[in-house]
Amino acid sequence: MFEFDFTLRNVMLGAALLGVSSGVLGSFALLRQQSLLGDALAHAALPGVCLGFLLTGSREPLPIFVGALLSGALAAGFTMLLTSRSRLKTDAALGASLSIFFAFGLVLLTFIQSRSGSGQAGLEAFLFGQAAAIVPSDVRLMAVVAVAALLTVALLWKEFKLLTFDPQFAASLGFPRLPLELLLTSILAFAIVIGLQLVGVVLMAAIIIAPAAAARQWSDSLGQMVGLAALFGALAGVSGALLSASGRGLATGPLIIIAASLIALASLLFAPERGLIASAYRARGARRELEQQRVLLDMYGLAQQHSDPSYPSESGMLRALYGGSPEAQLRRLEAAGLAEHTTHVPGEGTHYRLTEAGWARAEAALNSLGHHA
Amino acid sequence: MLEALLTNPSVVVPLVGALVGVASSLVGTFLVLRGSSLLADAISHSVLLGIVLVYLVTGDQYSPFFIAGAAAVGLLTVFLTELLTRSGRVKADAAIGLVYPFLFAIAVVLINVFARNVHIDTDAVLLGEIGFSWLDTVSVGGVEVPNALMTLGAVTLLNALFVGLFYKELKLATFDPGLAAALGFSPVLLYYLLLGLTSVTAVTAFDAVGAVLLVAFIIVPPSAAYLLTDTLWKTLALGVGIAVASSLLGYLAAIWLNVSIGGTMAVCTGVFLVAAFLFGPRYGLVAQRAQRRRQQGENAARTLVVHLYNHESKEEAGRENSVSALRQHLRWDDAKVSQVTAVGREQGLITLGPKRERLFLTDAGRRLAREVWEPWRRE
Amino acid sequence: MPQPTPRHEPNLALHIEDLTVAYNDKPVLWDIDINVPPGVLAAIIGPNGAGKSTLIKAVLGLLKPSAGHIYLHGEPYAKQRRRVGYVPQRSSVDWDFPTTALDVVTMGLYGQLGWLRRPGRAARTKALSALEQVGMADYAERQISQLSGGQQQRVFLARALVQDAQVYFMDEPMAGVDATTERVIIGLLKKLREQGKTVIVVHHDLQTVATYFDFLLLLNVRLIAQGKTSEVYTAENLRAAYGGQIALLQTAQIPQTPPTVAETV
Ligand SMILES: Nc1ncnc2c1ncn2[C@@H]1O[C@H](COP(=O)(O)OP(=O)(O)O)[C@@H](O)[C@H]1O
Ligand SMILES: [Mg+2]
Repeated sequence: MFEFDFTLRNVMLGAALLGVSSGVLGSFALLRQQSLLGDALAHAALPGVCLGFLLTGSREPLPIFVGALLSGALAAGFTMLLTSRSRLKTDAALGASLSIFFAFGLVLLTFIQSRSGSGQAGLEAFLFGQAAAIVPSDVRLMAVVAVAALLTVALLWKEFKLLTFDPQFAASLGFPRLPLELLLTSILAFAIVIGLQLVGVVLMAAIIIAPAAAARQWSDSLGQMVGLAALFGALAGVSGALLSASGRGLATGPLIIIAASLIALASLLFAPERGLIASAYRARGARRELEQQRVLLDMYGLAQQHSDPSYPSESGMLRALYGGSPEAQLRRLEAAGLAEHTTHVPGEGTHYRLTEAGWARAEAALNSLGHHA
Repeated sequence: MLEALLTNPSVVVPLVGALVGVASSLVGTFLVLRGSSLLADAISHSVLLGIVLVYLVTGDQYSPFFIAGAAAVGLLTVFLTELLTRSGRVKADAAIGLVYPFLFAIAVVLINVFARNVHIDTDAVLLGEIGFSWLDTVSVGGVEVPNALMTLGAVTLLNALFVGLFYKELKLATFDPGLAAALGFSPVLLYYLLLGLTSVTAVTAFDAVGAVLLVAFIIVPPSAAYLLTDTLWKTLALGVGIAVASSLLGYLAAIWLNVSIGGTMAVCTGVFLVAAFLFGPRYGLVAQRAQRRRQQGENAARTLVVHLYNHESKEEAGRENSVSALRQHLRWDDAKVSQVTAVGREQGLITLGPKRERLFLTDAGRRLAREVWEPWRRE
Repeated sequence: MPQPTPRHEPNLALHIEDLTVAYNDKPVLWDIDINVPPGVLAAIIGPNGAGKSTLIKAVLGLLKPSAGHIYLHGEPYAKQRRRVGYVPQRSSVDWDFPTTALDVVTMGLYGQLGWLRRPGRAARTKALSALEQVGMADYAERQISQLSGGQQQRVFLARALVQDAQVYFMDEPMAGVDATTERVIIGLLKKLREQGKTVIVVHHDLQTVATYFDFLLLLNVRLIAQGKTSEVYTAENLRAAYGGQIALLQTAQIPQTPPTVAETV
């Protein structure tokens, strides 16, 4: 199907590196409620990419990488300045700096295009990502950055965890809050910048958020969540890159994002504990339990009124008390051995009475509701 | 004459930009004030999916269904985002970051697969082609009018009508949704109407400015305006003014530099934002700094009189109410001590003892201290 | 800047002089003087927005005061870090964080561990015993979002216990908790006091304050009164602290004796 060639290996390696590092750092961003900072950093990288190109006149990865990092940092600083020093809220500050920086990037991009004529610089690849443009030196840089980022997280694991969960407590213990936060944000920026060629600036937000959000669904431990996010990120990256490389000129970024989003969607729906389907199912079970209990207590009440624990309640009576059709409930009670139906007087409709177990269950339920007091 | 104007790019292009700006900042003002600006980001991206789907179904490049499709996808975006947030599995910002890239990515892939080399290509999706907006024309009563002018004019009018008709309700729903609901307006309905209009604005403006630049038009002029004034109608008016000015300046600058027109217009809105942020009359950084310096001086003087007031009638007064105590207890350095005592004497709040060491409150100083200390006793 | 003697008021657990704290140059604490002797169970009370949390944050060095100084057992906080325990307001963290109760308690040991070192078996044992002390041993491996509010509060308390401190600061540990938790917490606070530790607690409930605490700090932007509960828990002082809001309280329970000198301990 594919020719498993050199380029393809580069692309897959790059995509895996990107997926792992953005999964790991995305987990921290998600938990620190800074998901969209990644979006801003990515959009804001565009002018830096263009300036890196303009200053060196080539698509060498290093200058572009440094440029992207610098303009991302500038945009993050601008956002923080706007939120702390003006009355704008975070959303407006983030949206404003994201779109202004991106616009400036477009201006620079068209400037480069108008200078270099129709040849263009291949910088459009940075908008939506273009796996085919990846060269070995890109992959080497990506590997260096990814390993450095992961090492930092591994070394400062305990500190980052505490900072993310309870920054004030961390500060009270003497851990320097601001430098640690800056460090964590900078590594996030690193992870984003190395992904620009593959995913592009526009859709970067999702590769930061989606694997982390998916991983959160499957685990209640930070370590496992981060590991899973890395795995999901790599999975999305590699499958997107493969699909894109299979030809037909599909942009890589959107494919990676669709893969990551599908993983997130599946996790949101199907995860065993936090999955929406599982919790809807549990909620239905709880509701059913409650309805069943209501019928049980109705029968208990009737039995008490008649001072007869095995008083046969008439189903019409139960219907009136329950305010609806209790048949399904009765059937379940019967199946659970809590009630049984009897033929009281022929032709008078079905009657039900509590079993001993049912009586005990009803009393227990009343006790737990606090009726004994 | 009219026809000549309407086919002249240097008239039509800035006019199109201005219309985009006006329509966007009318709805954007309320999104910014509500704290939902990033929904504008999400919507302006995801309407592309609506456009692509309608195009694939109808095969038509101009069809009223675009509006409907875009509005539907825009509202779907908002709905999905809120659904995710309400499920409690992810926070609101993460929900936005999950939903819109997914829809946008699907749209881009669909374009890649089915609609290549036609009207919508992926670069235009981001950049727009405002420079060509004068080329597509329709005939209105024998006059050739650019399409973009017609549709954007209509949307601008629609948004203006919406804001004009529901001004009071929007104001209430933005600043006090609880009260609005209690009074019988439905803030939720109003909100969805607003976001529906945002989607419609996005789809009409898409050809001209693309997704990301549209975000700039929706968020930035209202944000800049909000830094300049406290009144809602002034925020709206200033936002519109800034949008129009950015379009004109952006056009001129872009032509001069031979760069992206839409991009330059968006950068111009940013210039206005930075200017408002730095030099705004009340909330600007410069004004704030001046205000802060005044306040700091005032606070220091107040801290001083309160300190003296607290100790003056006690036996430790000799120790506490002295210049050296300010250094040791208040931890002020020499410069600050001499500055604050100077200000205090200038304002007639304190006097210095014979050895320039003891500090005494004047009656005015005592009055100020009491005012700070026991505000409820204020005569 | 002239340095005072290295140890300043070493006989006081907490000594604050002329403290003013401002957010964006708007002072929320004005010229506060506080002296808390060691071995007391002290409550900080005052209306919402009085600056109670701000006071604690300033003591713990989380905020920079615009004037004044703070000493704990004669030394500034930076030198006493290891002898101070902190329970932040429960609402200050996101309880949906993916971790267990035991892990949160272990975080109390991160300061002693220092940089880079990971908690080991010893840390686990300490954390478990702290959980036991708050009656939460059975919940050690429970994901924290599955705990009730009171249980979460007890986890926070256990985290402070492993800090093994001399002075504890707790921000509203009894707000919105169930009766069991309140009993557990107050029992623990008393035990800490018996061990000679100083516990300073932001408390919201005027009905219980006199029975739980033996020392009071009444705060409303400025310090209204401080001292033994028996001396400063008076209607006059409460009225000064709470302003008009006091009308909402059952004043019958509050002794009407005239206030004693507020500034002395
Ligand atoms: N980070 C902050 N920035 C600005 N103002 C703040 C901040 N935190 C608290 N405040 C203000 O400081 C005052 C005291 O707050 P706080 O110490 O939390 O009061 P308390 O804990 O007694 O309820 C309040 O008016 C509050 O609005
Ligand atoms: Mg508080």
